[in-house]
Amino acid sequence: MSQPFRLPAGGALDRSRELRFSFDGRDYRGHPGDTLASALLANGVRLLGRSFKYHRPRGLFSAGPEEPNALVELRSGARREPNTRATVAELYDGLAAASQHAWPSLRWDVGALNGLAAPFIPAGFYYKTFMGPTRRAWMVYEHFIRKAAGLGRAAREPDPDRYEKRHGFCDLLVVGSGPAGLAAALAAGRAGARVVLAEQDFRLGGQLLSNGERVGGKSGPDWVAAVEAELASLPNVEILTRTSAFGLYDGRVAGLVERVADHKPEPEHGEPRQRLHLLRCGEIVLAAGAIERPLVFANNDLPGVMLASAARTYARRYAARAGTRAVLFASHDAAYAELPALLEADIQVAAVIDPRPNGSASVRELARDLGIEVRSGQAVARAHGGRALVGVEAAPFEAGTGAGGRWTGPADFISCDLLCVAGGWTPTLHLHSHSQGKTVWDPRLLTFRPGENPQGHRSVGACNGSFTLSTCLAEGFAAGAAAAAACGFEASAPALPATVPEPGAEAEAEPLALFACPKPASRGGKAFVDIQDDVAVSDIGLAEREGYRSVEHLKRYTTLGMGTDQGKTANVNGLAVMAELRGLTVPEVGHTTFRPPYTPVTLGALGGREVGRAFRPVRRTPLHDWHLRNGAVMVEAGLWLRPRYYPKPGEGLFEAQNREAKHVRRAVGLSDVSTLGKIDVQGPDAAAFLDRVYCNTFSSLPVGKARYGLMLREDGIVLDDGTTTRLSETRFFMTTTTAEAAAVMAHLEFLLQAVWPELRVNVASVTDQWAGIAVAGPRSRRLLEKAVEGCPVDDAALPFMGVAEGRIAGVPVRIFRISFSGERAYEVNVAADHGPLVWEALMEAGKELEVIPYGLEALAVLRIEKGHVAGPEIDGRTTPEDLGLGRMVSKKKADFVGRRLLGREGFDDPARPRLVGLVPTDGRTKIAAGSILVGQRDLHPPIEKLGHVTSVTWSENLGKPIALAFLSGGRERLGQKLYAAYPLRNRIVEVEVTPSCFIDPEGERLRG
Amino acid sequence: MLRIPCPFCGPRDHSEFSYLGDATVTRPEAEAPLDEWFGYVYLRDNPRGRHREHWHHAQGCRQWLVVERDTLTHEILGALPAREGSPAAGPAAGKDAAE
Ligand SMILES: [Zn+2]
Repeated sequence: MSQPFRLPAGGALDRSRELRFSFDGRDYRGHPGDTLASALLANGVRLLGRSFKYHRPRGLFSAGPEEPNALVELRSGARREPNTRATVAELYDGLAAASQHAWPSLRWDVGALNGLAAPFIPAGFYYKTFMGPTRRAWMVYEHFIRKAAGLGRAAREPDPDRYEKRHGFCDLLVVGSGPAGLAAALAAGRAGARVVLAEQDFRLGGQLLSNGERVGGKSGPDWVAAVEAELASLPNVEILTRTSAFGLYDGRVAGLVERVADHKPEPEHGEPRQRLHLLRCGEIVLAAGAIERPLVFANNDLPGVMLASAARTYARRYAARAGTRAVLFASHDAAYAELPALLEADIQVAAVIDPRPNGSASVRELARDLGIEVRSGQAVARAHGGRALVGVEAAPFEAGTGAGGRWTGPADFISCDLLCVAGGWTPTLHLHSHSQGKTVWDPRLLTFRPGENPQGHRSVGACNGSFTLSTCLAEGFAAGAAAAAACGFEASAPALPATVPEPGAEAEAEPLALFACPKPASRGGKAFVDIQDDVAVSDIGLAEREGYRSVEHLKRYTTLGMGTDQGKTANVNGLAVMAELRGLTVPEVGHTTFRPPYTPVTLGALGGREVGRAFRPVRRTPLHDWHLRNGAVMVEAGLWLRPRYYPKPGEGLFEAQNREAKHVRRAVGLSDVSTLGKIDVQGPDAAAFLDRVYCNTFSSLPVGKARYGLMLREDGIVLDDGTTTRLSETRFFMTTTTAEAAAVMAHLEFLLQAVWPELRVNVASVTDQWAGIAVAGPRSRRLLEKAVEGCPVDDAALPFMGVAEGRIAGVPVRIFRISFSGERAYEVNVAADHGPLVWEALMEAGKELEVIPYGLEALAVLRIEKGHVAGPEIDGRTTPEDLGLGRMVSKKKADFVGRRLLGREGFDDPARPRLVGLVPTDGRTKIAAGSILVGQRDLHPPIEKLGHVTSVTWSENLGKPIALAFLSGGRERLGQKLYAAYPLRNRIVEVEVTPSCFIDPEGERLRG
Repeated sequence: MLRIPCPFCGPRDHSEFSYLGDATVTRPEAEAPLDEWFGYVYLRDNPRGRHREHWHHAQGCRQWLVVERDTLTHEILGALPAREGSPAAGPAAGKDAAE
């Protein structure tokens, strides 16, 4: 029979349809309404994975998002997703899942040998073994350890799916749709508030779907259906199922992830796989429920040990039997309410083991009426089984004062294949804590409850520590009405419907403060606190003995609560064990901080549409298309796409760069410099402002002239450089480097608005308004003479650092006579849209003069040959003096940015590295950028570092490699022989120190 | 997910702004002692509670603002144009009175 553990009737399943799915290559059947977990259970599959460290067999532990064990790989290829919790993976036709962390197979797992070695792999084992003096061993073994450890495998291909982001607003966000959440949404929705109700499950209802309680004369599921219908009919209410509220952030913003298509084989055409909601909320009601707390005993991780509420959920909601013969191990009254569901599922209940000497009379009576033996004053000492549970040892037990107790008699064996554990409930405090809410210890519930919430979020129902149905509804109604009222709606709490709790659900007697049972009398069996991370009680003991006692140390030393489940079922028990060891109470030990996300969120959802080019857009210059048409190889420089070189047939980068650089010094070339930052500076105080912005003087600059300027930060370090031209008494045209354009703009705005608001100056970025074309080379003037109309460009009319305005191809242009290459050169600026026209006109006019376009690489060669500093030298650590530009700094000006701290004595240290040039002494060996300069060939420490190499190139014009470097002592060392060492690649080159300017130091070519 | 009430644009998401830092420091006179300059450039208080900071509405009106923010709760208490709120410009600019 297929689905041998499926009940013949019941459950919220569509039995008219069968879904095929596979697990580890074997085919099974399930129904719509199943999760992968419930379908596997119905098919009798109990072994789902191997544990993280010891490779112990593990099965289903829960029925919800808290699942520590049943982590599987879902789908394949580019959609393969590791570490998916089978308990929240909705079944679809064709679903393919695989166990992970088992080799060669789940049943025969080699890593389980780790389990036999378990006594030798305590907490901190890897750290102690490999990170101490034996660190070298880590290098050898890391590969094997990492192969054996780790969880699933991520897909290696790009994610084929689309993800969306939605920014939304609402009056009230209700997180969770159990009775409390539904009540809150109903109260606020009826009042007219815009309500978003978020439920992580694909069905609303929470515990009402399976706990057997009745509301308003209806069964739980029927009442939920009626409320859902009413909410759906309200236009102001939005219900988001399959949606996890994973974080609360400042400004009442909630992060939610909606799994739009995870329950389908793949998203439909145009559909996103997931949608991230960033929801700005007026009010927030947290109805996130609670997570059942297990009890800890030897071998408590065997497949077949399960949270009691999970066994009930599988029985009633999914019509799946979690076993055939069960034992309930419960330390509180309400757990007895799970018994009827087990019996309904045709699960024989062998016994209830209750460590309390006397539970309340009502629940003992309930068990007796159901014909179930109650063993009061006993506890489970050990579970037995290989790949699955076969029975438990129960023994007389006396509770201690803290988390544990002691055995008072011999154990006897009860055979069973299902052990339901019920240690109490832990309110889900995560979202409350994200919003800086405090937590308080509730000694009656033996758990942390929400305390004050500074953002005023309201916790209701089980996440508030309120576990009876009538209280959940009352709190939900009240909070929903209050939240709506706070948003300005007239609201009142609806009348409370009559509720009929499941017998036993409303506890009478106190629960027992039992978290972990003592070690059994005879040896054997690890007792796990954190099942996902294989953290045993003994590991916490070790942490305590070794001084890792604070919760933060405990967590990091043992990895307690650090798995993908973040210890949702483990943390309170772990804290209680540590409290017991330290002789403290649990609240004295405290808990670690809850941080988003509550449950794992895919990176795809966080990225949304901002992937690839949409994450990192490119900027194109007005001349972009011309470069492409003419064979340019483009390169990303910052956000810009720039031509790197223009290869001729057969040329690679090196050949093209050499040809272009040589040609510019021989004839003429054009390059696209549109990316330079351009800022229009206007106002009566513009000259005074620039005097304060630059370390050199601009107020003395005549109209129609350009000047090279150097900008400092207040700490005296160079910020940026560029040429600025005076267009009129009150107007300057500033250029910045491509890289720093945005930073300089913000800097100027800051100075004008926050530092010197009295200056009458306005600045505007005009980078995008102008195309910039450098015309460089000895024939550049002849080229311009042919192309330019309306103004003379001879040396008298347009001398070095002069500016002229004329026309090219009938279009107005501004021509600056400035040079980056060291050759006679001009920069033509033209309105961006006319850029291509003017560039083509210049190419045409230059035909006879052999004009060529040259790219970024040649540009770099030319500037290094000339010794011009750029980004590698203006690196945020260098002063004008370091750059060889000390003479630019005005001695006369009273104030400019950076002036005062430039005078620090540290900057005058003669040992400071200063700019120099380098050539290899053999005239041919390449120097690596980033090399350190040393005085010795032998690189054994200690080595005195004398400097470092910043820019390197092959100079075709000089026929040798050249470099720029910062060298302690700088020009004092001209002619010295040093070594440029690159130890990572074991390269060392003997170099000679030269001036930083390799070509035309007198500037004759420049001035023509 | 803070919202900053830009005096020019209204309440805007903080992702439109860039952050500079402490707005309670004042640029010293040019010839002020070097110690004072060190303080201006390098030394910053890290107050718990109300603090004034420079934020730039870089993806909005390009105005620099002095934003009053509670460093403990992250609450934004108000924003002024840096022209008016800057230390150089008047009494609004001094250290937080609540300190
Ligand atoms: Zn603004």
